Amino acid sequence: MAKNIWVFCEQRDGEIQNVALELLGVARELAEKTGEKVGAILLGHNIKGKAADLIAYGADEVHVVDDERLGMFVTEPYAQAVTQIAKEHTPSVILFGATSIGRDLAPRLSARLKTGLTADCTKLEMDEEGNLFMTRPAFGGNLFATIICPDHRPQMSTVRPGVMKKLDRDDFRKGEVVEENIAWDESKFSVTVLEEVAECQTCGQIENAKLLVSCGRGVKDVAPARELALKLGGSVASSRALVDAGVMDHGCQVGQTGKTVRPQAYLAFGISGAIQHLAGMEESEFIVAVNTDKNAPIFKVANLGIVADAAAVLKNLNKILQ
Amino acid sequence: MKIIVCIKQVPNTTEIKIDPITNTLKRDGVPSIINPDDKTAIEAALQLKEKYGATVTVITMGPTQAEKALREALAMGADEAFLLTDRAFAGSDTLATSTIIAAAIKKLGADIVFCGRQAIDGDTAQVGPQISEHLGIPQITYAAAIDYDAERGALIVKRQFEDRYQTLEVKGQCLITILSTLDKPRYMNVWDIVGQDEKEIGIITFNDIEVDPETIGLKGSPTKVKSTATKQFDKTIETLELDPETAAKTIVDALKSRHLI
Repeated sequence: MAKNIWVFCEQRDGEIQNVALELLGVARELAEKTGEKVGAILLGHNIKGKAADLIAYGADEVHVVDDERLGMFVTEPYAQAVTQIAKEHTPSVILFGATSIGRDLAPRLSARLKTGLTADCTKLEMDEEGNLFMTRPAFGGNLFATIICPDHRPQMSTVRPGVMKKLDRDDFRKGEVVEENIAWDESKFSVTVLEEVAECQTCGQIENAKLLVSCGRGVKDVAPARELALKLGGSVASSRALVDAGVMDHGCQVGQTGKTVRPQAYLAFGISGAIQHLAGMEESEFIVAVNTDKNAPIFKVANLGIVADAAAVLKNLNKILQ
Repeated sequence: MKIIVCIKQVPNTTEIKIDPITNTLKRDGVPSIINPDDKTAIEAALQLKEKYGATVTVITMGPTQAEKALREALAMGADEAFLLTDRAFAGSDTLATSTIIAAAIKKLGADIVFCGRQAIDGDTAQVGPQISEHLGIPQITYAAAIDYDAERGALIVKRQFEDRYQTLEVKGQCLITILSTLDKPRYMNVWDIVGQDEKEIGIITFNDIEVDPETIGLKGSPTKVKSTATKQFDKTIETLELDPETAAKTIVDALKSRHLI
């Protein structure tokens, strides 16, 4: 019988991606419900050493394939590796990050394993029988649908980065590392990587920031916001309005067509809070909103809402924190 | 070279309204369009056709109204179009949908299959990779540029990631999912608009394809929608009207009390 909650732990250039740790966190939560184990799949080249990190973040067992065929991401070798491990150990659930890697690999696997897949989930729950309830936004975040996969295993879903919460690192956690051997079918490897080129992200990693100072249309000059972010040890982010206006980089954009963030504090200055923007930040732990319009939708999600001129408040904040 | 482009007709989501009582979409009066990524996929196929010679076949699955999307594709310059339509197809999730489309592609025959990366109504990006698995051919997703190396008989594809790109080479049959950023789709050609009414749109039904009825439609779909809900907000809310100086002090105090300063 299928059991245990598994996470495909994405790595790039040998670095475990944050979303993998977030998924281990939610997998831990789901596993408590049924008393199952949390399993991690770790694929890559010269990657074995990272297995301990996955245990520290919640995995009970790590299935590692350390192979030069897995150095760079290419669908088929990755699909063969996951298929063989999954068929042998029959997990009940496999979670993937909804990244350009997870959203390439997971559907391929769902067709290969003949099971269902739910895309880009923002909420996961489990009942005592081990049925996974996968909730995802639809139609631009206006509607949420909860999807189940009652008769097929594994239950698979891709999960939006930045939504789930990773556990605090615990180096005393115990777990098992299993090295898996894959019987490769290289006749299927018909895609060759000619080059792989890194592209830098100008705005830094807003998904990883502990605090975000985010600006919208109500802020004309973003320099005071940058100054405040620096003072508070955070980063700047933006609503779509300033990105479209060319003031902020797309890499800083929070929302449906940008990034989903959940910092410890999200300070929204001059952002009205279109539903597409709220979808990207409402999971933040503490939300402060400053806007002149007291009916702005951002106040519906703010823990502390202040009706005032955003630019003037920014100026005063920088003065106080000098 | 025979290229099949899979497209989807979608409601223009910028005009979508939700019925607050039933939680269903109000589709009435919402214009339908070719999904943007798919329209670029048609464009990419037409460019290959113009440069290297190819036939471009466009297919879609849906109700008879989806014919409009196929007509538009023909007017852009596609050579032929097929509508996959049957009651037996209704209620299919992504896996069941991909099973039907793969069976149709098998019947029609293709060297290259193009899909858009994802549809704006579902945002799953799943059907393309699932089709390629059913067909047993390689996939390249998130294509930002495509070219053909005639000498080597290989497609060269720029595959976009969040933080990098790869240049990939693939020989033989393959399926590629295309980003709308690859290029701007052309407008419909006036002469093609006039001429395309004479082009027939082929109809493909359940009886035309080889597919196990247990693997399609509602009963062939592993995933089911359990419930839908509109957005709920449940935060503790405090909204204050303050002068800028007091506002700044209040924010600093709040951050301090949460040990964020």
